[in-house]
Amino acid sequence: MTFQVERVPHAGTATPSFRQRLEHIWETEPGVAGFFSTVDHKKIGIRYIITAFIFLAAGGIEALILRLQLARPNQNLLAPEQYDQLFSTHGMTMIFLYALPVLSGFSNYLWPLILGARDMAFPRVNALSYWLYVASGIFMYVGFFMGAGPNDGWFNYVPYANRTYNPGLSMDFYSLGMVFLGISTTVGAANFVVTFLRLRAPGMSINRLPVMTWGTLTASAANLLVVPSVSLAFFMLWLDRNFGTHFFDVSKGGQPLLWQHLFWIFGHPWVYALVLPAMGMVSEGLPVFCRRPLVGYSAVVLATLATMTLGFGVWVHHMFATGLPNLAMSFFSGISLIITIPSAVTVFCWTATIWTGRPVITTAFLFFASTIILFVIGGVSGFMTGSVPADWQLNDTYFVVAHIHYVLLGINVFPVCGALYYWFPKMTGRLLDERLGQWNFWTMFVGFNLAFLPMHLTGLLGMPRRIYTYPAGVGWDTLNMITTIGAFILAVGVLLLFINVVTSLIGGALAGANPWDAPTLEWSVPSPPPPYNFAVLPKVASRYPLWESRLQASRGASSVTEGALLDHERETFGVTPLDGEPDIILKMPFDSYAPFVLTVGTTAIFVGLLLHRHLWPLAIVGAVIAAASLLAWLWPERRLGQTVEAAP
Amino acid sequence: MTDAASALPVGSVDRRASGWYGVLCLIATESALFVYLLFSYYYSAVQLPPTWTPEPHPSFAYSLPATIAMLLSSAAVWWSTRSLHGRALGAHRLGLAFAIILGLIFFAFEGLEWASKPYMLSSNLYSSLFFTITGFDLAHLAIGIVGLCAVLIWSLLGYLDYRRESPTVIMAAYWHFVTAVWIAIFFTLYITPYFR
Repeated sequence: MTFQVERVPHAGTATPSFRQRLEHIWETEPGVAGFFSTVDHKKIGIRYIITAFIFLAAGGIEALILRLQLARPNQNLLAPEQYDQLFSTHGMTMIFLYALPVLSGFSNYLWPLILGARDMAFPRVNALSYWLYVASGIFMYVGFFMGAGPNDGWFNYVPYANRTYNPGLSMDFYSLGMVFLGISTTVGAANFVVTFLRLRAPGMSINRLPVMTWGTLTASAANLLVVPSVSLAFFMLWLDRNFGTHFFDVSKGGQPLLWQHLFWIFGHPWVYALVLPAMGMVSEGLPVFCRRPLVGYSAVVLATLATMTLGFGVWVHHMFATGLPNLAMSFFSGISLIITIPSAVTVFCWTATIWTGRPVITTAFLFFASTIILFVIGGVSGFMTGSVPADWQLNDTYFVVAHIHYVLLGINVFPVCGALYYWFPKMTGRLLDERLGQWNFWTMFVGFNLAFLPMHLTGLLGMPRRIYTYPAGVGWDTLNMITTIGAFILAVGVLLLFINVVTSLIGGALAGANPWDAPTLEWSVPSPPPPYNFAVLPKVASRYPLWESRLQASRGASSVTEGALLDHERETFGVTPLDGEPDIILKMPFDSYAPFVLTVGTTAIFVGLLLHRHLWPLAIVGAVIAAASLLAWLWPERRLGQTVEAAP
Repeated sequence: MTDAASALPVGSVDRRASGWYGVLCLIATESALFVYLLFSYYYSAVQLPPTWTPEPHPSFAYSLPATIAMLLSSAAVWWSTRSLHGRALGAHRLGLAFAIILGLIFFAFEGLEWASKPYMLSSNLYSSLFFTITGFDLAHLAIGIVGLCAVLIWSLLGYLDYRRESPTVIMAAYWHFVTAVWIAIFFTLYITPYFR
């Protein structure tokens, strides 16, 4: 094939033979080879979602065992150390291995489809971030199964995490595992940021971007800036434990509060990173079932950006009880209260969308709409703990546990379930069963509230977090029993979801391209989409390309059937970030083993570091493998338009 | 696509290549890492009495020549990039080679600096911070040197010219970033003790 530095992209419509040619260019090799080398964002996205749900199930089972231990006073089901490892592993699993990866999975799958591109900006990085995520998850769980899971809560405060008080490998597994996972999060975040800026359909200017993408964009930008904080903190802890440094060692001038600062500089923005993409899913899906566009697109987008920006300035509200100066506490308390304003804007926009729409009560609608209620409850309890005097009373009680679960289940798990009901037909070609879906929703909703609403009271009555048992007759018995019953009902609800997924995969109703009559680009392609996503690159002239004929306000002339035919190997447009005008034809990479090999090398590095007293050469071998695969990856290729064209 | 007839570049060109945006993200996240490293230093400095540093004013004997080498290597990379745009391939390669050599000189000065210190990583809080901060810088520098070597090899293999220049531009951005990081570290470790 001749290769030019410049080309006029031909426009046209897709013929069956043209589609066949694209299929040949874009499809992944079948079998084991394809499994390890694919860079297709759809395959990677689905893998992400499945893996995250496996971790959700693991974290859920851990939670049920904890609830059995706490169901009645003075129980002996778990020893204190077992309880510590279980609750810490539960937190680690849900917060790090489920909550963000599941959102990355949906975004990986959906972004190119809703943006009108043929893949993510860095398809191989996409594969890398998935493999690293799996490898780091396995790494940390190996520790857990060896009896060396984390045992100091997910935020792992020093000095208890120091070697003196915590010998053994628990903390080493956890600290290295978190640095490991941080690489996956960071490269994935960079991929989202660049895709958002560059890989869209022609005409998709910044005000026409699907609202969902804004949530993942802000979360990713934040992750780029805050993940290094926690990676550094864990790395310093590991140095303290293994090489005698003194970052957190009081006897040599070390600063335990430095750990808390570094952890929460990361930790609080991270909480927003776990909810903003999920809120984006609600903003995307809820209006479809209200049969109208989202009320206040611009307000919701600006609120998303404002939440994230303010989110960098609230971390100290986790440290009100550590004796910081009043001025610092007042400042962070102020921001923690102000941050509710943009959240409220989003809530009002959602409510107005339902109010002025004609809601169709599907399971997806129920999950999305229930998010609003749960978000308000979780938001109000957060507002309360953002105030210094209230926090001094509530800090380290079950009130905070109730708050975090309302936030993380309410604005992560519930919207994710809604998203699954909404986009499952696109991913598989089949609808999830609605009747089972209604049972699924109501069981989860009732179980969740039964478990966690009374827990606020448990906290107000003074029950501290992280205790493995409690005495009878101090007023906590009934409440804890109710919470345990609720937790099991919630688990049944999640089980119904899994059953629905399996039965619908086999015998669900066929969906067709656009079963919900939705307005965005992913619904213009078949379900499931072909490997190349779009046969011709769509042209976008409004925010809702598939609703243009019926929306008077946004009369546009988007085209999904006629557009650029980019078919010289794997190609897609790069566009200008603001106007969405194509300014380059990007050559997309072919399937590659480099991401997998790089992950193998990285894993060897971390295992070598973990066992550095015996196995340090393994880290060297890993580094050589990693460097070699990275060089091979980056080596300029003529077929990717990265080298000087040879004269014909 | 308002004008269907206009020709578009294909593949990696100038700052429209995805790799350019990628290196900007890398610089953002790595800058954040060094911000947190220096934050840890300043946090400890304000919490502890001035005697927390083993030497009141760390010596410039090796750190100043190292800084000059680093600045010169950035200049060499800048000259190399400019030469590539001016289609002077020889100067392009020479600039890369100078930058690599100056990077190695920086490495050598830092090695002498490390050897000259009377304390080790595990001596006290200051030494832990000193070796960790400079160690992170040296690790970034080592990756940069490998990267510059790769670009030089690609240039010698005839992969690069004024149109296909992305590897040079991307690597140059990373190298200037490493220089900027060193300036921040130099200011923190060697200059701020005079402000007490």
